[in-house]
Amino acid sequence: MPQLANIAVSILFDGLAYAMFLFITSVGLSVTMGLMGFVNLAHGAFAMCGGFFVVSLTRTLGVGFVPSLVIASLAVGAISIPFERYLYRRLYKSTDLEQVLLTIGLAFMAIATFTYFYGPIPKSVPLPAWLQGDVNLGFRSFPSYRAFLIVLGAALISVLWYAFEQTNIGAKIRAAVDNRRMAESVGINVDRLFTLTFAVGSGLAALGGGLAIQLFGLTPSFAVIYLVLFLIVVAVGGLGSLKGTLLAALVLGIFDTTGKYLMADAGGFFIYAVVVVVLLIKPAGFYGRE
Amino acid sequence: MTPALEVQRLHRTFGALPVTRDVDLVLEKGARRALIGPNGAGKTTLINLITGALKPQSGRVLLDGEDITATSQAERARRGLARTFQINQLFRGLTVLENLCMTVGERDGHCNNLWRAAGAKRAVIDEALDYLDTLNLTGDALRPVRELPYGRQRLVEIAIALAQKPRVLLLDEPAAGVPSSESHLILDAVAALDRDIAILIIEHDMDVVFRFAKEITVLVQGAVFTQGTPEEIMNNEHVRAVYLGEDSHRGGRRG
Amino acid sequence: MAASETRTAAGQAARDRAAEFLVRRHRFRWPEALPWLIAIAAFFVFSDRMTFGSQVLIGVMFALSLDLILGYAGIVTLGHAAFFGIGAYVVGLSAARFGWSEPISGVVAAAVVAGLAGFASGWFLLLYRGLTLLMLTLATAIMLQEAGNLRSDISGGYDGLPGLTFQPLFGVFDYDLYGHTYYLYVLAVLAVIFYFVRRIVYSPFGQALTGIRENVQRMHAIGSPVHRRLVTVYTIAAAIAGIAGALFTQTNAYVTLTVFDFDNSAKVMVMLILGGTGRLYGAFVGATVYMVLEDYFSKLSPTFWQFGIGLLLVLAVLFARRGLLGLLEQADAGWRRRSKP
Repeated sequence: MPQLANIAVSILFDGLAYAMFLFITSVGLSVTMGLMGFVNLAHGAFAMCGGFFVVSLTRTLGVGFVPSLVIASLAVGAISIPFERYLYRRLYKSTDLEQVLLTIGLAFMAIATFTYFYGPIPKSVPLPAWLQGDVNLGFRSFPSYRAFLIVLGAALISVLWYAFEQTNIGAKIRAAVDNRRMAESVGINVDRLFTLTFAVGSGLAALGGGLAIQLFGLTPSFAVIYLVLFLIVVAVGGLGSLKGTLLAALVLGIFDTTGKYLMADAGGFFIYAVVVVVLLIKPAGFYGRE
Repeated sequence: MTPALEVQRLHRTFGALPVTRDVDLVLEKGARRALIGPNGAGKTTLINLITGALKPQSGRVLLDGEDITATSQAERARRGLARTFQINQLFRGLTVLENLCMTVGERDGHCNNLWRAAGAKRAVIDEALDYLDTLNLTGDALRPVRELPYGRQRLVEIAIALAQKPRVLLLDEPAAGVPSSESHLILDAVAALDRDIAILIIEHDMDVVFRFAKEITVLVQGAVFTQGTPEEIMNNEHVRAVYLGEDSHRGGRRG
Repeated sequence: MAASETRTAAGQAARDRAAEFLVRRHRFRWPEALPWLIAIAAFFVFSDRMTFGSQVLIGVMFALSLDLILGYAGIVTLGHAAFFGIGAYVVGLSAARFGWSEPISGVVAAAVVAGLAGFASGWFLLLYRGLTLLMLTLATAIMLQEAGNLRSDISGGYDGLPGLTFQPLFGVFDYDLYGHTYYLYVLAVLAVIFYFVRRIVYSPFGQALTGIRENVQRMHAIGSPVHRRLVTVYTIAAAIAGIAGALFTQTNAYVTLTVFDFDNSAKVMVMLILGGTGRLYGAFVGATVYMVLEDYFSKLSPTFWQFGIGLLLVLAVLFARRGLLGLLEQADAGWRRRSKP
């Protein structure tokens, strides 16, 4: 392949993989914020927990990578339920600031706890053979892990899309995001809906955390460092919108990757400039409602 | 003579749904007009459009002949357009007196001052107290608004609108939630207003409407259904039909 | 109004009582002298910890500036550290690159530049609220940091601008090894700033800010120029944060890009919540308590400190929403109730 096109394809590929990671981890945050208006800054901590569960499952218990991902997601999803029920629920009527502070406090506690048990050194995870190395697609080779990420992402997007647009529950969620009071008045149990959405979102975050290990390494600080990214994906995409999160993940993922490829030092700058530009023009994000 | 407020072909949709359809309305100086209509007719939406809280898709709003369609809500308030909200919009954490002082202070530019103490201008406090007196609220002057029963909070809502010294006053169900023993206070205060102020009042209570209004506009599904004097409206069969199901001239009270 | 003629003596008395309350509200009450007495006492009692003492005072100043926008106007921002950083770098760069090392003019310059930055960014950003504003302020602060990193040849990057020296104050008082002079210097600046902030808070403008915080829709409806008010207070707060940053560079004789860290924006918010927002002195209580605890615990174990702060936040939100001062007020009210016959 000609040199320029080769670089472009690499950027696109890496950007796509990164976007898939952003989408998987952020979609839960977008839907819960859109549904309940609850600012959950502990979302990154759930992702971090998922990552560490995967590390322990694979390294200590010898479970395979992919099964570990599944187990960790389910576990974190389940664990998130009592948090929502007994803690978050008390703050649904509180101010944004109070929600921000409570969830940041939880994130700090989580980071400290995991630092105590796992230490601050970045962790890695043993990958099965088929995820290592490259996969040859004919015209060129691509790193297998990133290819896996893209395929997994696409699969999840389809599943979520179907669930959101075609099922009863999806319709209820969309209705409640649109107009909560009206949804309640037609008999939708918004509280239960939210617990379900929150659990699925947290589970997906855990999945994202597990997938991130190979991309960025895993430390407890992951919970706040990447939180900023998840927040901007959500803000740019629009609260409560699957489409929005996907579009934002793609735009931001590819922009960021391009920036880092072309200008290694200033890479970080571009993604934030994009955020500012988008929000100034569309304050509610791509698909948010005013 | 230029009307105090004029609304010309005001139109607004929410998505595909038109909520205000080409509404024309005129309030002469000193008008006492009631806006009535079944629930969902778009009465509050119309008020929001007139005050600038909502922007119309088309149409104009004129205050004393000046086109204010493009101005902000705050600018319209400064030019003499005041409103009360259907559900109280008060400064709940502040005392009743502070609520009024804030209103007077914003009106006369006192709040632009960063240097002198808020309590230094005695005239502001006295004026605020005068408004409280009118509505029998002086005893509650130092109580935080959120501690007051809803009915008395409603009186504060009215007081704030009065404190703006408006030329045009839009009242959105002012008596809603006020116990019948006190509702006369509101109506007396409104009745005692300067003859020159133009008042538009949304009300469901027909006793209030017929006592207060010299003219009535009936709004149905966002459009002006008919307008006229109270007698004309009361004898209009179509209006009665549209209102069937609401407690109207049978003397019932709402809320 | 005809009411004045028909007012009874009791009615007039009630009026006067109400008016008196408002008229007296801004007067100094003796407990207000406490923080200053404590600060002066600390100078003698903890005379070997004065470098730390200066940092505490700077923290108080930073928290005070945030209280203006967060506690009084109700604007939630995640990028306040940007103005601190701008102030810090105005002093740092003018000393390192232009050889300008007169401290007081440095502080003034920092205030002006930070204030201008506040005005320019506030004008646009304050058109937004909620999550959008949070993200915009966060993004702007990070961009500033990244820009500094881009030109680390100018800014010194994360390694910082080293070896800054400053002229003696007024040409006479020099920096001493124990930071005594600088403690008093920072205290004096804090006192001046506090005087202005206090005046603003008790002014009609300050009242309007509270109105904006309590019910912005109502403010629009009574004709308040909300955006103008917000930009004004944001500019002032930015300038004060800039002064805090300037003093930071002067007292540390050092500055790095970490001053722009999100961590700092978060830290100052925690300080304010701890002390109590919208209470003027919440900044004093919160910043002091936070920094003393941090100094002690993070030396003991950073992990333990992080856990503790997280726990403190959670408990504060659940049980002490109005911070330590709020708890004090509750206790005071409860004591008054119980001591009534």
